[in-house]
Amino acid sequence: MSERTLTFAQAILEATDQCLAADPSVILIGEGVPDPKGIFGTTSGLRDKYGPSRVSDMPVSENGLTGILVGAALRGLRPILTHQRVDFSILSFDQLFNNASKWHAMFGGRASVPLTVRMIIGQGWGQGAQHAQNLHAVFSHVPGLKVVMPATPADAKGLLISAVRDPNPVVFIEHRWLHGVSGPVPEGGAAVPLGQARVARQGKDVTLVASSWMTLQAQRVAGWLETMGVQAEVVDLRTLSPLDAETVLGSVRKTGRVLVMDLGWRHCGYAAEVLARIAETLHGQLRAAPARLTLPDEPAPSSPALARAYYPSARRMLGEALAAAQHPHARDESSWPEPVRAELARLEALPADVPDLSFKGPF
Amino acid sequence: MSALGPSAQARPTAALLRRLLIDVERIRRVEERIAELYAEQEMRCPVHLCIGQEAASAGVSAALEVHDTAVSGHRAHGHYLAKGGDLNAMIAEIYGKATGCASGRGGSMHLIDLKCGFLGSTPIVGGTVPVGVGAAYAMRLRGERSISVVYLGDAAVEEGVFHESLNFAALKQLPVLFVCENNLYSVYTRLDDRQPARPLHRLAAAHGIPALVEDGNDAVAVYERAAELVDKVRGGAGPAFLELPTYRWREHCGPNYDQELGYRPDAEYADWKKLCPVERLRERCLREGVVDAAELKALQERLEAEIDEAFRRAKQAAYPEPGPSPVYAGNDPDE
Repeated sequence: MSERTLTFAQAILEATDQCLAADPSVILIGEGVPDPKGIFGTTSGLRDKYGPSRVSDMPVSENGLTGILVGAALRGLRPILTHQRVDFSILSFDQLFNNASKWHAMFGGRASVPLTVRMIIGQGWGQGAQHAQNLHAVFSHVPGLKVVMPATPADAKGLLISAVRDPNPVVFIEHRWLHGVSGPVPEGGAAVPLGQARVARQGKDVTLVASSWMTLQAQRVAGWLETMGVQAEVVDLRTLSPLDAETVLGSVRKTGRVLVMDLGWRHCGYAAEVLARIAETLHGQLRAAPARLTLPDEPAPSSPALARAYYPSARRMLGEALAAAQHPHARDESSWPEPVRAELARLEALPADVPDLSFKGPF
Repeated sequence: MSALGPSAQARPTAALLRRLLIDVERIRRVEERIAELYAEQEMRCPVHLCIGQEAASAGVSAALEVHDTAVSGHRAHGHYLAKGGDLNAMIAEIYGKATGCASGRGGSMHLIDLKCGFLGSTPIVGGTVPVGVGAAYAMRLRGERSISVVYLGDAAVEEGVFHESLNFAALKQLPVLFVCENNLYSVYTRLDDRQPARPLHRLAAAHGIPALVEDGNDAVAVYERAAELVDKVRGGAGPAFLELPTYRWREHCGPNYDQELGYRPDAEYADWKKLCPVERLRERCLREGVVDAAELKALQERLEAEIDEAFRRAKQAAYPEPGPSPVYAGNDPDE
């Protein structure tokens, strides 16, 4: 039945498996793909099932392999490339930006590059400056790339299937902390279309725009807001490029208030683009200044003490959401309901550098 | 092309010599026409002419089959034409017209003609080296008998992606032939200001790839050497690398001679001009009776007429309609 539950990582594995089974031109390649741990379980068993020519490891050559897979895609394959961290993909920006993203346009539409590049955002456990970057705004800036950031296991599966079938290069970004999250996942090969946001929760008072891991945070905040009399609508972007502006604007048109909760940096960040779309279209209809919650404009630190301050806390998320909603007690925590304050205190007693206590590191 | 056979190893046939002669004459004349008309400022894009380097394109392409593929860099006119790329579409592309091979979205530095296997050329140095290797990877995985040719220059070997690509090609024993035209200069910078004193082709050998050097200004020698390597590559022996020392006559980018700038010694320049690949092949063909003077003249007139027509069409063609670029390809019909 469709109510079967999988983790996010299992959903990625199942989508990849189904893509490999359905289309002989699909190949999977990346550092660690056939490893015993199978990229956090997302590639386990696939080499045995499909053989080393279709499921393989690669030399540590991110740019070279990206270009090689561009060429392979131009000659009829549909490759999936994986990076264990977003940060390593920076080595491949030449091939991703100069070739993959532009090939279709700069050759007048005569060819296209059906390439999926999976990358994983690290957070916590001391990942630090070069293992925890959120670069979705950078990829989204480049015309010709599609950028996908699922939040749920079902979307992880459905969007990955769409990414592999898509004739364009797709950057598929997974937050490491989502891999262990469970949810219902349909068994079949149903694709979730790219370019469509999802209203994850309906509300009338304020819109929370989020994606990936931040969608889960927004939904938790929305639950607390409800106990404080605020009906928050949560828009899970799912695809960041092309942006489903219709869904975002439709929600903000209704609520008149918005907080964009983004995983990335502030300056020239993805939240800035979303706010700009809202401001230039709905200027006169806004009931409050549109707001954003982002990382500070500095590299991620390693120490758990520093990381706790670097990433927005649940308390801060709630405060910002209340402020965006023009709630009278936004800045007066003593007036927040006791169960909410107790829950925030409980969360703050936990380590901030792991998604939950079952997470034992190191990655 | 197939009549010549990719493995004509012995004495070159008259048909082969004639084909090579047509190719070098044609490329030279196309490039000279671009140079001649460039001052009209109707070709409003950078052009990197290959005058002086025609033998590489002609010789390598004569060893290939139509289903083989090629990729190239900024100086790609010769590679495109010799592989069978449509002349009218190339000239129209340089004029920025809708009838161009990239519909006016590419210009001289972005040539493509998939009908003849020319997958594309781009101007980021080394940028298509992995793309050509990837095409070979797909050929291998799909069980095709095609091979992939990667044209590159001497500066491309300074890029990291060159080494990443050769490492992978050797690791997977892919059907790819790297053809490195070493014209001794990257823009104004001499090879010995950029690379240590070691034979360039041995970089490929260090990656475990058989590497040879051939006279890059002798189309027949290039053909013979390329045919030998193509045979091996097609037969499953893995990648091969061919270095072709040669020389660019005109400026790096643009229609002019620039010897007055003084970055290339006059004696060096004069020595290379004596090795004109077109003149050498012309003389050989006359000497061996492949063509006589009258036939050569007729051939040249025919080429001039073809080129006249290509430029006439390009100039008359419409510009593309301004509008959104085809940023994304449409989804497959089955979606």
